[in-house]
Amino acid sequence: MLYRENGQFKTSYRADQQVFPILQDRIAIIVLLGLAVVAVPLLASEYLMRAVLIPFLILSLAALGLNILVGYCGQISLGTGAFMAVGAYAAYNFQVRIEGMPVIASLLLGGVFATIVGVIFGIPSLRIKGLYLAVATLAAQFFVDWAFLRIRWFTHDTPSGSVSVAGLSVFGYPIESPAQKYVFCLAFLLVFGVLAKNLVRGAIGREWMAIRDMDVAAEVIGIRPVYSKLTAFAVSSFIVGVAGGLWAFVYLGSWEPAAFSIDRSFQLLFMIIIGGLGSIMGSFFGAAFIVVLPIVLDNLPQLFGIPIDTAMASHLTFMIFGSLIVFFLIVEPHGLARLWSTAKEKLRLWPFPH
Amino acid sequence: MGPFLETLFGGLMVGMLYSLVALGLVLIFKASGVFNFAQGAMVLFAALTMARFAEWLPHLTGLNNKFVDNVLAFAGAALVMVAMAWTVQKLVLGKLVNQEGITLLMATLGINYFLEGAGQALFGNDIYKIDVGLPKDPIFLFEKTFQGGILVNQEDLAAAVIAAVLVAALALFFQKTATGRALRAVADDHQAAQSIGIPLDRIWVIVWAVAGLVALVAGVIWGSKLGVQFSLSLVALKALPVVILGGLTSIPGAIIGGLIIGVGEKLSEIYIGPMFGGGVEIWFAYVLALAFLLVRPQGLFGEKIIDRV
Repeated sequence: MLYRENGQFKTSYRADQQVFPILQDRIAIIVLLGLAVVAVPLLASEYLMRAVLIPFLILSLAALGLNILVGYCGQISLGTGAFMAVGAYAAYNFQVRIEGMPVIASLLLGGVFATIVGVIFGIPSLRIKGLYLAVATLAAQFFVDWAFLRIRWFTHDTPSGSVSVAGLSVFGYPIESPAQKYVFCLAFLLVFGVLAKNLVRGAIGREWMAIRDMDVAAEVIGIRPVYSKLTAFAVSSFIVGVAGGLWAFVYLGSWEPAAFSIDRSFQLLFMIIIGGLGSIMGSFFGAAFIVVLPIVLDNLPQLFGIPIDTAMASHLTFMIFGSLIVFFLIVEPHGLARLWSTAKEKLRLWPFPH
Repeated sequence: MGPFLETLFGGLMVGMLYSLVALGLVLIFKASGVFNFAQGAMVLFAALTMARFAEWLPHLTGLNNKFVDNVLAFAGAALVMVAMAWTVQKLVLGKLVNQEGITLLMATLGINYFLEGAGQALFGNDIYKIDVGLPKDPIFLFEKTFQGGILVNQEDLAAAVIAAVLVAALALFFQKTATGRALRAVADDHQAAQSIGIPLDRIWVIVWAVAGLVALVAGVIWGSKLGVQFSLSLVALKALPVVILGGLTSIPGAIIGGLIIGVGEKLSEIYIGPMFGGGVEIWFAYVLALAFLLVRPQGLFGEKIIDRV
């Protein structure tokens, strides 16, 4: 009843091409943004921000980047963790080696280096595809893991690649408390979210989707596969690299290569599969699901007063996690984003469906 | 000459274990088009089952004959793997027929997590020993041919024999039995096989069961060499470059690919490793596979990939 678009006429091209063509959506998103920017930093507890919201924001950003590559361009990647690591360590090097380097500049330059590495490991995608490519991207993962562990120069001569940054500040404002970190990450996420949304609905996004749906056919109608695939790798690894920098600088503070292991790559892949491939919204849903689920699973036994030791709890978490993934794939292979749009369709007709 | 041959030999042994894991992957991929990421977890799960059964059985039955215990434990673990195959088919893959490849891959990742969790929840997460009585003493070979000879583990030799027997048995099963013929028919063309009355459901259960048994053998050999522990399922990740090197649909490819990667890894660690401060074998397999794919995208023995619009 409330969610109805009757009478909302689009009288100009501008109106027709809006990201949110329905008035109610626009209102909802403004309210949501208001809550996220103003209310949450003021009201949320430190624990909530540290354990849930900050990881959610950063991993959403990484999932967004990965979704451009996998969901929009159809190139499966198992090397996301590696691109995050490149972003993080490149940003670290800029921060440590250059005196007075602004944090934002370091993070963005980290993204640039992740882009370079991403494009290099993306070159095989011109010859191979599908599962073969997925395994090929594993090469990136293991090579990068090894490089940061063994090549001392990358980690500023610290043993075993464990490094740390402290005393971050942006334009004179420190980024110390959870609330400040939250706002910092949120700003990044919003900028990249808007950018990504507009990229995927523009010409280049359509090229990516054409390549995803059938690359030979796309080539026949005049889309250059080299250009499309490599730009997808570039844009995706840039965003993923920045997310890696944020994860290291803001969330972890001090880290070692294991923070960006293959498990991270799988985790991000799960996010976009569960959230919805080829959907910006899906990246957020998936990230929220994967961040919140382990916390819920960890706390459930205590809630019911069942005594359980930590090793057993972690095994059970693995099992439930695995079953849930399978369950989701069976029930809704297109992810949470599809559930969301189905719900919206239903809501438009409610309470009088024909 | 001696050290080189020894490294080569060690590489072949490791490569053979990779081949065994890769073999399970190829079997399932050929028959059902599912890229089974859970093969590594299956190896871990099977090895854990076997190790713990062998430990529990003497207490339950009172029998203290090691041979009988091991045989019983192996049979028990094999039954568990068959049951697992049936469950996977009924609960997971049977419901995902006609989905895209990536969805199926993700489903096996889910199975992977489940098996890793279940294996450790049921059987514990310590390091367990599998002792099937393989001879342990190292022996010298070719002492007459050149100075010093080469040092070889008898255990490795026994493992190689077991693996060869397994592969031969599989080849016989595929070539000579009616079920094997049905499996090959399904691998060739699902729809055609179904149209002449081959029950796809049952075939897929059989394939998963066979892959489970291969995983069990791999797990037993590996477990008796290194002990059964969580890292088993990680080492199995190496089977991925093996299958893409050999070609996803080729059984000889899985075996030769495994040997190439095993040897390449060990030799690179000895001869290239010192230049970079060691640890080259972590990524060598993947980079080798990647470089190879650039030249020949379908792998060594894979079917040529032809695109049609």
